[in-house]
Amino acid sequence: MTALLGRKIGMTRYFMEDGTNLPVTVIECGPCVVTQVKTSERDGYAAVQIAFGDARPRRSSMPIIGHDGKAGIGPKRHHREFRVADDAAAQAFSLGQALGAADMEGVRFVDVTGTSKGKGFAGPMKRHNFAGLEASHGVERKHRSAGSIASHATNRGSGPKVKKGKRMAGHMGDERITVRSLDVIKVIPDRNLILVKGPVPGANDGILWLEPSKRLWRRKARLAAAGA
Amino acid sequence: MNRTDTIESIVADQLRGDADIPYFTVGDTLNVHTRIIEGEKERIQVYQGVLIGMKGRGINRTITVRRIVANEGVERIFPLHSPRIAKIEVVRRGDARRAKLYYLRDRVGKSRRLRDQRRGLKHVQAWEAKQATSGQAATPVEEPVADAGE
Repeated sequence: MTALLGRKIGMTRYFMEDGTNLPVTVIECGPCVVTQVKTSERDGYAAVQIAFGDARPRRSSMPIIGHDGKAGIGPKRHHREFRVADDAAAQAFSLGQALGAADMEGVRFVDVTGTSKGKGFAGPMKRHNFAGLEASHGVERKHRSAGSIASHATNRGSGPKVKKGKRMAGHMGDERITVRSLDVIKVIPDRNLILVKGPVPGANDGILWLEPSKRLWRRKARLAAAGA
Repeated sequence: MNRTDTIESIVADQLRGDADIPYFTVGDTLNVHTRIIEGEKERIQVYQGVLIGMKGRGINRTITVRRIVANEGVERIFPLHSPRIAKIEVVRRGDARRAKLYYLRDRVGKSRRLRDQRRGLKHVQAWEAKQATSGQAATPVEEPVADAGE
């Protein structure tokens, strides 16, 4: 079990041998470097911390420089850790070990986490897929509004208050999103590139976190079982 | 290597070589040979029509080919680099003065046809000669065939 930090390169299309035409996202995963191995004895749990992307030493803090220095590398920009089953699994990794796309070979499905594109302050139609009000029939200046928000069932039965968590206009996007069970189409180990089917969160050049899928959608699980 | 170069390098081996694609422009009548997979068997189907538009670049390039089937206009959009396209032949060179021939959709009868292109083909002939000498059998069919639409 391993996970990787990566950078979104962009999308393109990919033709399979049978002629199917797939939309794919190209992700540059690595080189990632193991910067810390956590064990239950010392840290209370077993995990591996990896780092990705060079940072300029002048722009880095001394703690980061020192921390990454223990792994024998210059300061890195992004650090992230993933849990492993037990101490033995954690100690299979060594400080300064390089991880890359090659470690994802043989993985059929991945979960990709990233920060979605910020949409700013968005109305309820865009943010929550509300239907809005009618275009005519006497509706004035409220065509994209959410409609009534209170006087329905509230947390305390029915009453004049707005229910907690009522979906309204507000800030949309720029949040952490995980897309699960993406098909891995191709792995190019020598260039640290992974092609996954479909879109992933965030803009190009955004930082992504890839893990082998924890749990598959039912349909994909069936396919995987049939293929295996 | 920047992002665009990286993406282009990934799909580079999927692109059809120059030798595989004859020279054609919008207005030409094309024979598009498509691979059709039926169960185990694979056969080739030829679709003939007028090229009314080209879109995209690189691996995303598509061609729109229009023909008339049973008095009904049919337009198919082919990804130019799809492996399902076996071959493309130029049947007839038409003279088109715009990049997209969407006006053909509103035309009926004889006005649907395009004039043959007679001028400005020197570079095409040069290209074909080069293909012929380099031993490629990709030379397009030259004799005019009746318009697919008629």
